[in-house]
Amino acid sequence: MAADPLRTETFDLVIIGAGSAGLAAAGAAAEAGVGRILVLEKEDFPGGILLQCVHNGFGLHRYKEELTGPEYAERALIESRKTGIDLRCGAMVLKITPEKEIYYSGEKYGCRRARAKAVICATGADERTRGAIRIPGDRPAGVMTAGLAQHYMNLDGYMVGRRVFILGSGDIGLIMARRVTLEGGKVLGVAELMPYSNGLARNIAQCLNDFDIPLYLSHTVREIRGKKRLEQIVLSQVDGNFAFVPGTEKTFDVDTLLLSVGLIPSNRLLTDLGVRLHPKTGGPIVDETLQTSIPGIFSCGNSLHVHDLADFVSSEGENAGRSAAKYILGEPGTPPGDSPVIRTEPGEGIGYLLPSVLHADRAAEFLLKFRVRKPYRGVVLLLKQNGGLIKKVKKPYLLPAEMENLRLKRDELPEPSGTLTLEVTDE
Amino acid sequence: MGSEKQKYSDVYDCVIIGAGVIGAAAARTLSRYRLRLLLLERENDVGLITSAANSAIVHSGYDPTPGSLKAKMNVAGNRLFPEFCRQLDVDLKMIGSLTLATDDDQIPVIEELAVRAAQNGVPVEILSRDAVLRREPNLTPEVRCALFAPTAGIVNPFELTAALAENAVQNGVALRLNEEVTRIAPHPDGGYAVTTDRGVYRTLAVINAAGLHADTLANNALAELGKPADYEIRPRKGEYFVLDHFDPEFLHHTIFTVPTEKGKGILVSPTTHGNYLVGPSAEFTDRKDDFATTDETLAQVLASAQKLVPSIPTRQIIRQFAGLRAVEKRGEFVIDRPAPGLVNLLGIQSPGLTACFAIAEKAAALLREDLPLEENPDFNPVCPPRVRLHRMAPDERAKFVAEHPSYGRIVCRCEDVSEGEIVDAIRRPSGATTVDGVKKRTRPGFGKCQGGFCQPQVVKILARELGRKPEEIPLKSPGTEILLEKIGGADGG
Repeated sequence: MAADPLRTETFDLVIIGAGSAGLAAAGAAAEAGVGRILVLEKEDFPGGILLQCVHNGFGLHRYKEELTGPEYAERALIESRKTGIDLRCGAMVLKITPEKEIYYSGEKYGCRRARAKAVICATGADERTRGAIRIPGDRPAGVMTAGLAQHYMNLDGYMVGRRVFILGSGDIGLIMARRVTLEGGKVLGVAELMPYSNGLARNIAQCLNDFDIPLYLSHTVREIRGKKRLEQIVLSQVDGNFAFVPGTEKTFDVDTLLLSVGLIPSNRLLTDLGVRLHPKTGGPIVDETLQTSIPGIFSCGNSLHVHDLADFVSSEGENAGRSAAKYILGEPGTPPGDSPVIRTEPGEGIGYLLPSVLHADRAAEFLLKFRVRKPYRGVVLLLKQNGGLIKKVKKPYLLPAEMENLRLKRDELPEPSGTLTLEVTDE
Repeated sequence: MGSEKQKYSDVYDCVIIGAGVIGAAAARTLSRYRLRLLLLERENDVGLITSAANSAIVHSGYDPTPGSLKAKMNVAGNRLFPEFCRQLDVDLKMIGSLTLATDDDQIPVIEELAVRAAQNGVPVEILSRDAVLRREPNLTPEVRCALFAPTAGIVNPFELTAALAENAVQNGVALRLNEEVTRIAPHPDGGYAVTTDRGVYRTLAVINAAGLHADTLANNALAELGKPADYEIRPRKGEYFVLDHFDPEFLHHTIFTVPTEKGKGILVSPTTHGNYLVGPSAEFTDRKDDFATTDETLAQVLASAQKLVPSIPTRQIIRQFAGLRAVEKRGEFVIDRPAPGLVNLLGIQSPGLTACFAIAEKAAALLREDLPLEENPDFNPVCPPRVRLHRMAPDERAKFVAEHPSYGRIVCRCEDVSEGEIVDAIRRPSGATTVDGVKKRTRPGFGKCQGGFCQPQVVKILARELGRKPEEIPLKSPGTEILLEKIGGADGG
């Protein structure tokens, strides 16, 4: 009989993705006593998207100093070098089965199967593409996502355009506006569909204002022109319903259009497995332990919901790592729905609210994460359970670009079940 | 220069102009005979224009007017598909089609189509509302009845054209890309002189399969022969949406609206890779290079498709594209031999893809008097099998990868494509030389991220395999290179 070509190994925990979320999860799980941890990374190096983020601004919360993406990744990697962690790069996960068998493939490893007691998915996010936002017109070269341009410039070392326009004021787009300018390219403008920016305020200041790059709010690209390389884009203002305002068209002669129009959590492995996704975030539905609808499968980082700061990704990763450790070491979580649960719902002004499910009897404190739908100034957040007010937080400002955290103690919850809603109100 | 050109680059029995699916099929069919064959293509890859942007359907043939060339070629072509796709190792699924009546007025149309199908020799069945909804629960509850055509299928059109060209080259056909025919003239000693932007070829026969430009070539060639002609291709644009492969159970058949005077109407169909295709529109355009999509047209396409399948998940839309159908003004296929040794295959609009094998056979038959059609004993109709890792069982895959490690390295996460498969797509005869060529042959870039993750890898592999610099690798045609110079002017890398 021939040997089984599909080598199978057994671990306590398999973590998919060695970016900021996955590395932090590995470190925290090892710290909590998990013995055999396998981290699988599709790229040849750990660090994830941080590696192409050569700009600074990372680590202010976590390390109280300002680091570049690669520096932050290095810290995260060093922190994750703990006994029991086996990091394998160049290993793409193909499939997770309900029995928690992970099939992966790599040039070095061949095709292998890992059996695990728990799995953490930290698979990051995909950029929304031209096709997803359906920009009409020709299909020339020179139209690409901002993150792809960042890869080409910062990892491969190539210029991608000389006269550049950027659609979307997400942080990657803003960062790339500065990057292209610093390398001698001309950025003619950044357009944002919404009447406010979708990037961090510091990036608007440091990446656009400092370089006199105009920001066109309530504008979008309505046509792409060019037979081979991009030749021209047509920009148009949009009204409150995102309809083009006639007569506001402007054309720009550019050879490159970068798209920074949002990230979508990357969860094919989980959807193939039948894990339920959150309709707003695109990540899985999770409880306070970041466990998905399948027991023992956890999610964190940008594959759970899109973050704006790597620091928060790391702490979410640690949370997932600790939860997985509890699950593995004998405090098995229960799938949502099996015991009294509190469901969370975004109320007025809230875009999404995580986690979707809380178990009041299983934690002393809960960390709620949310984003608002539009910018607010001088408002109050109202947290209500089953209609009754349980917490009131004043906020000088709230921005859709910034993910907010809200801590909630178990004692603040009058009941172990029902619905928890968060809403924004003027006051 | 002129005298140098007259040296004749080479002498052939037949020059086939255009390496779309029709030209490639003709070349492959003729390679069964002991002939010196040249396949000329002005683009930098085969199957790049109409063959790359269509509905990817193997039509059953219930729709074309009985007795028309379209009907004959469609039905004959359809029957050849399973065997030919097996030989070429091309993805084909005979999933059947459902043409829906969604209001009472359309019921008689379905009945009429059933009659037409019978005349064309196409097996069909009219299904009741309940029977249709049992087969396809996601169809509109408004459906009254449907025409079920079990012999309809879906094919991978990129793979088909690439495989036809590959097999033709394997069997001795010379393929020249990036070479545009500028003139076809009678040669004083018989046969033709085919002039391109790179040379002149002498040949006994010419097959004009130049797609959107076949009219001009044919008219000019016939003018040289003193036989004025008035072929006219009017491009009719079709715009489409592509959806991600979000659910293999969403639809199981190709779903059509009832045909209109403009064409077969809108369809919603699975593709061979589990994506879903929605389209096409059908509007005449006066430009043969107009592949732009528009908001207005695509909104209409979506609205029409939603009348068939109301729950089309628009969040799953990953791409839009437009193709041009080469419609001859008479609305019929033109497969003729207006002069000895000159065969036109023009106006091959839908169902041209389905008809390709039958048209190729017909072209060979038309040249029977012009060429010595002596069987080539070395003809091998079979393409070496394509490795499709994502369809292998885990054990089988592990075994294969253990023997071929580069198939272990996954380049495209969305579509599960390995470096080994990409290298194979580049190294095969008539292989990929562009990012788009790799994508069409083996799918990296077809998925949800549209190349966002895999494109840098594909560029590097192409550069390595072709011995070029990454900045010389085009997305598609020359002039579409993705990268500019190295940052800092250094080539350190």
